[in-house]
Amino acid sequence: MADLVKFTIDGRELEAPAGTLVIEAAKRNGIEIPSFCYCEGYSLQAACRMCLIDVEKMPKMQVACTLPVGAGMVIHTDSDQVKKARKSTLEFLLANHPLDCPVCDKGGECELQDMVFRYGAGESRFTENKLHVDEQQWSPVVFYDGPRCILCFRCVRACEEGMGVGALGVINRGAVSLIAPNHGDHLECDECGQCIDICPVGALTSGAYRYQTRPWEMEHVGTICTHCSDGCKTTLGVRNDEIIRGNNRDRSGINGEFLCAKGRYAYDFYNHAERIQSPLVRVGGKLEPVSWSKALEVVANKFGEIRSRSGEIGVIGSNHTTNEENFYLQKFARHGLNTNNIDHHRTGDVVTLIDALSGTTGQLATTQDLYEKKAFLVIGTDLALEHPFLSFQIRASHRHHEAHVYTITAEKVREDNYAVRAIRKPAGQEIDALEELRTALAVEPELVIIFSDSVKGDAVRKLVEFGQSLGTAVKYCALVDYSNSRGAIDMGVVPELLPGYQPSGKPGLSAQEMLASQTLEALWVVGANPLKDAAMASKKTFVVVQDMFLTETAQRADVVLPAASAYEKNGTVTNVCGEVQRLTRAVSAVGAKTDLEIIGLIAKEMGLAATVGPWVPDTVYNEIRKTVKGYNIPLAMLAVQSQQTAPVNGRVPVESRPDLIHSAHNGLFTSGTLGRYSKVLHTVMESRESRSAQEEMAHS
Amino acid sequence: MLYNQPNPLEVKVLSRRFTLPNSQSIETYLANDGYKALEKALDMTQQQIIDEVKASGLRGRGGAGFPTGMKWGFVPRQSPKPKYIMVNADESEPGTCKDRLLIEYDPHQLIEGVMIAALAVGSEQGYVYIRGEYRYLIDVMDRAIEEAYAKGVLGDNVMGRGKKFHLATHSGAGAYECGEESALLESFEGKRGNPRIRPPFPAVAGCYQSPTILNNVETFCAVPAIILSGAAYFSGLGSPKNGGTRLFCLSGHINKPGVYELPMGFNLMRMINEVGGGMRGGKKLKAVIPGGSSCPVLKANECDIAMDFDSVAAAKSMLGSGGVVVMDEDTCMVNAALRIMKFYAHESCGWCIPCREGTNWLKKLLTRFHEGMGTRSDIILIGDLSKNMLGRTFCPLGDAAAMPTIAFVEKFQDEFEAHLDGKPCPYENTSRPVTA
Repeated sequence: MADLVKFTIDGRELEAPAGTLVIEAAKRNGIEIPSFCYCEGYSLQAACRMCLIDVEKMPKMQVACTLPVGAGMVIHTDSDQVKKARKSTLEFLLANHPLDCPVCDKGGECELQDMVFRYGAGESRFTENKLHVDEQQWSPVVFYDGPRCILCFRCVRACEEGMGVGALGVINRGAVSLIAPNHGDHLECDECGQCIDICPVGALTSGAYRYQTRPWEMEHVGTICTHCSDGCKTTLGVRNDEIIRGNNRDRSGINGEFLCAKGRYAYDFYNHAERIQSPLVRVGGKLEPVSWSKALEVVANKFGEIRSRSGEIGVIGSNHTTNEENFYLQKFARHGLNTNNIDHHRTGDVVTLIDALSGTTGQLATTQDLYEKKAFLVIGTDLALEHPFLSFQIRASHRHHEAHVYTITAEKVREDNYAVRAIRKPAGQEIDALEELRTALAVEPELVIIFSDSVKGDAVRKLVEFGQSLGTAVKYCALVDYSNSRGAIDMGVVPELLPGYQPSGKPGLSAQEMLASQTLEALWVVGANPLKDAAMASKKTFVVVQDMFLTETAQRADVVLPAASAYEKNGTVTNVCGEVQRLTRAVSAVGAKTDLEIIGLIAKEMGLAATVGPWVPDTVYNEIRKTVKGYNIPLAMLAVQSQQTAPVNGRVPVESRPDLIHSAHNGLFTSGTLGRYSKVLHTVMESRESRSAQEEMAHS
Repeated sequence: MLYNQPNPLEVKVLSRRFTLPNSQSIETYLANDGYKALEKALDMTQQQIIDEVKASGLRGRGGAGFPTGMKWGFVPRQSPKPKYIMVNADESEPGTCKDRLLIEYDPHQLIEGVMIAALAVGSEQGYVYIRGEYRYLIDVMDRAIEEAYAKGVLGDNVMGRGKKFHLATHSGAGAYECGEESALLESFEGKRGNPRIRPPFPAVAGCYQSPTILNNVETFCAVPAIILSGAAYFSGLGSPKNGGTRLFCLSGHINKPGVYELPMGFNLMRMINEVGGGMRGGKKLKAVIPGGSSCPVLKANECDIAMDFDSVAAAKSMLGSGGVVVMDEDTCMVNAALRIMKFYAHESCGWCIPCREGTNWLKKLLTRFHEGMGTRSDIILIGDLSKNMLGRTFCPLGDAAAMPTIAFVEKFQDEFEAHLDGKPCPYENTSRPVTA
């Protein structure tokens, strides 16, 4: 802990650790020193000169963003000279800045507007011609309005330093300087859109949101992104029950200032034209729309009839549904339908990891650990494409804490750019490279090991054995694919386990076995699409599907029940690091019902409502708190921040079935079924494909 | 081709070999005291060399006039990092044309000065950053370096005494800002020529974040004379605290423009009349820029001053780079202010708001004003905007643009008022346009 330094700002005696920048010390004490180019976490610039302040005994005004506090320093942020300086800097900025406020997306949430309101220069003395360049579209989702740009270079740093992509640069010189994209007239990048969020003015704007509305017309709902398992918070702007945009301006989630293309733009699947809005029942070979009561009646009758004969029913759960829905589903399956045939598409070997860590506590990494720890071993994944937030954290730890990164992957990955060692090993053979790294890893002060589905079963045990033998503090993270993949395992949506990693003690069919079975009489699929890559052996099985779209599985179904998306319901989800977070409903489901409600209604229709209880998310959550080990976290705490579950630290006495574990290895623009229905993601992918084709032709 | 006829009033120290035939060659250099100072320095300790330079009163000849020996003393010689010597040959200050002559007519003097600096701090690598527009001089410098390697002066065994020193040229690419020392280092390292946050200063963290001595060409060129003839000799040539001679670049409306080496402290009026041959066509003197366009202009009645750093500073201007621009009674001061602002607006690197926007705004304002479309409040605005740039920019380019503008508008307010109300420029019809 650095020594504390005493100093004075505006007559207030304060103290801060030595080395703290004046602008930070002021901020922490509630004193705002305005700035454009200063951006916490990114390299210092001192370029905008907005943060000039008076320091006694220093002849010239100093910039607060690069000046560390000094013992006995007397600082004035409210003197006449400082006020004049701020006003003149704004006046200079507004000289060439166009009067676009009436048509600029940023109006209402623009830092330049805010500063002018606060520090003056609203009336300009500039009467010359302003510089002008035409607006440019750099990608389907990024627009650049050069005249508005104040050249604070936040976007350049966010892309280069934060994302490690470096797709934005500066061209020309002086007042005609401009930000330029890496391919001359367009961007080839991750399309994460952080440049748009970080731009203080409307120079960089979102192509998906452009000209649609004003910020004050929207209600902003912060919820957890429904795509990958990183668990980022995305802020959805909702107007008239419609999601108009997604962004991360409030930065209050575990993801800090990070958000990727999926979290930002790919909410648009929710109102795709093909979204199912009414229940469907197969009549005469064709799916016909029917009322809810009719559909539920059909399902309840069929399930009830099979159950009364103790016929075989199978249930396939989801990687996306909430913890409440997963808990409820397996409870109804086991206690209502009397079946242990319950499974989901497993994407990572969490079970073996937890078993291998038996008897220990605190060895599962959180996303915060990925920023704070000083060494990382990444196995079997291109983290920047598949788990961009985790990659962001590690990169930030490398930048700020000089963390060491080691990779064992089949191909080159972005982490290699700053890795200490990068080893190539085909998927499934990564463990063979571990011993090579022993000497280097053993001298690291601490280590986080992140691995994908290519390490499963026994390989996980070997990996943990290796980690525990290094003699340094190690944490682990088993990667899983989707927004609640971890929660699905935690809640026992597998035949071998009950919620909380207790053995079910009974045999049960896996999802594969259910599809292959000739004796399964009913298959109930909730939020999954197993028939995308597999076929159903039996034509006689009665299939009920709860989903948003007519997927391949829904097309085979006898009854289709429209389900709500994650943005249309409340509940909790658990991310890849076991951090439990709350969903907050942003818009109403049209015609669809939440999966929780559908399960409850089926139970009720079957006269079995007592086996599951009320289908209210908070009520189910309270039951989870009482019965699922590690989930005893008050909802009120989750409302404020995520909490990591602390799963059982005893043996998990079941085999994890590595043969059933298979990650989809989604990339930046794919996300299983949801990604297929996102127009924005498709537009982005198509623009890259057509560009590549054009460029190939140009070069051939 | 000779640069200009020497003047008997000159005290030729740095320029003493300029008129020798084949002055560029190492043969000529060696026959005329060449590399003797280096030999002497090889027998001196690092501290002795630095103390000698300090005692000489040599101050940076690039423009800022910082005491050279003190700058060298800032280098942490105990640091395990390699030390670098960087020559600032990015001569771009309007009115300045001396470094080109030093390189063209006596390149080995520069090499010798650089190598003595290297001995002072334990450096084994130096670079000469030459502005890209001086394409032919890069070739001259390269040839001189080749000659020095061939003679065993540069290389792994300097003059057989076991020390190493390597030197190479590096071309700039057309940016005035890259004459600013930290921007020069950025450009050298292959990045955009934006200046760096200071502290740390180049002496501590310069080239590749390692300790670096960065000086102007003329500053390095003075070092061999200091070492060979002694600090007392050199400092005695000038005035107290402003030791030595300097190369003054006289240009403008005089009969004998040229580069003249005169003692520090030489009187400006004498310089114009006795060295520069007096005003051309018998015109009256109106104004003089004493040290390059960044320096506030002096009115004719302010020119009876000694030309050294302290005296010019006392006259509220700067000695700067020694670019003395003489303007006669037919020169429009508004046009002069405009022409200078056009330069700074073009050269502003764009990093910081006050300079980037301020110079751009002032350029447009002065253009409109000179065309007769200005108002009285514009005159106030010119001064106000300039003062808003002063002291608030990231690097001194903003000050360099602001100070002359303030001087023009304050000292020649009547000329600005003469352009009001749509009146044509009173000097428009002269046969000597000032604008480029």
